[in-house]
Amino acid sequence: MQNNELIPHLFRTEYRKIVSVLCKHFGFDQIEIAEDIASETFLVAAQTWGIEGNPPNPSAWLHFVAKNKAKNYLRRTALFKNKISPQLKLAPSHIPNDEIDLSPQNINDSQLQMMFSVCHPSIAVEAQIGLSLRILCGFGIEEIADAFLTNKETINKRLFRAKEKLREEKINIEMPDAAIIDDRLSAVLRTIYLLFNEGYYSHSQNQTLRKDLCVEAMRLCTMLIENTLTNRPQVNALLSLMCFHASRFDARFNDNGELILYEEQDENLWNADLISKGGYFLRCASEGTAVSKYHLEAGIAFWNTQKADTKEKWENMLQLYNRLLQIEYSPVAALNRTYALSKANGKRQAIVEAESLNLSGNQFYYALLGELYTEIDNEKAIENLNKAISLARTDAIKQSIQKKIDKLK
Amino acid sequence: MDEFILFFRLDIITKEKQPSPEQLQVYMKQYQDWIAGIAEQNKFLGGKGLSTEGKVMKSKGVITDGPFAELKESIAGFIMVQAKDFDEAVALTKSCPMLNGEGNSVEIRKVSGVHNQE
Repeated sequence: MQNNELIPHLFRTEYRKIVSVLCKHFGFDQIEIAEDIASETFLVAAQTWGIEGNPPNPSAWLHFVAKNKAKNYLRRTALFKNKISPQLKLAPSHIPNDEIDLSPQNINDSQLQMMFSVCHPSIAVEAQIGLSLRILCGFGIEEIADAFLTNKETINKRLFRAKEKLREEKINIEMPDAAIIDDRLSAVLRTIYLLFNEGYYSHSQNQTLRKDLCVEAMRLCTMLIENTLTNRPQVNALLSLMCFHASRFDARFNDNGELILYEEQDENLWNADLISKGGYFLRCASEGTAVSKYHLEAGIAFWNTQKADTKEKWENMLQLYNRLLQIEYSPVAALNRTYALSKANGKRQAIVEAESLNLSGNQFYYALLGELYTEIDNEKAIENLNKAISLARTDAIKQSIQKKIDKLK
Repeated sequence: MDEFILFFRLDIITKEKQPSPEQLQVYMKQYQDWIAGIAEQNKFLGGKGLSTEGKVMKSKGVITDGPFAELKESIAGFIMVQAKDFDEAVALTKSCPMLNGEGNSVEIRKVSGVHNQE
């Protein structure tokens, strides 16, 4: 029996294309219908292809079946709207015509428009990410629950409420006007950034899933770059920083699932291709005069791909962090800046500044203090590292801190 | 050798139970591998997947939407195999990946009237 290997993630990839196009066609208030049609299409595919083998053009097959299911649905609802509801004196809100356009152009446009609709300021940020994962990335509810370390019911509720909110606000699936695009773009970029973060720092044990999240974030960002309307410097900067970070993905964990710290990572596992891609997009981002926080973070991420411990590296990172903190303060940036300071100007100065940060309750704060006091005042170092362990939430992190304590004893 | 038909029953109605696109793709691969295993023994006679929509016609002109929405075990598809006897048909079915799903089942029936003398 003829079986060609299907490209990995084919179903997931096609899911978002089909849902985006159908959603645009039916209207956002019918998003569940779009999702149902997509899901049923894959169910039939799984059974049929399972028995008869893969069709010569799997995507086309999926699109064909989805189109037909959509047409059937429309016919049934048209019957209701045209024959029955006028009698009931209900005004039909939206009667789409029959033809579902699954051309590549419309698929891309629909997905972009869907991105802007989903990343709408009126819904909570985690709901934005959840909805993006579901509709834009084709993830299943269980996969999303695993990524957020919660359960299916929570995710279902979250998505339900998000969709309700979008319905209430009567959000349409369309591109925002050129005038407000930069504004709305910042919401989209933030969602993509958080999505990447979720994959990079997630505590979920599922390694493959976490890498998938990072890949999806990068894919969404690439879509923005491929469209002239949304191809802005800050978008390129975001993609650049994701490339730089993702280059170390394979080196960050050992086979036991333990975190490998930067200094101990095997440079050969760093993905050189991603690093050079990051450089390319950073150059693309260097247009215009506006410097976004993504530009600065990309610059910092670039220096992190240079393993050598040079003065130049830390000086540059210090300056970049200084500017970053001016644009947008965050405890993480403050801590990282202090570390860069210690490398550029010595530990004693860094300790003074670190003590004034006062980020009590933050495990990374104590970990940093522990690091800074090491070899200056080992007793204080151990004290701080112990505080860090008591606040740490995953075994991987606790173990790596414990290793440091053991070295000091 | 006799012909046997295998009906695959799953819950294709309950929304929350439906696997994600990614999972479905994995199941499909498992399914294909299993079928290939039967085919290479020269025992596979064909099969089809069935649509999720359907109609049920009863006496007195009654037509309802299928496929038997009350049952949590709708027939999702079927294949036909040839085997010496029921025992062999059961042996072939044991490794069907659908049986990994709770609540799924495979019904095996012999197709009457076909007897190839060995």
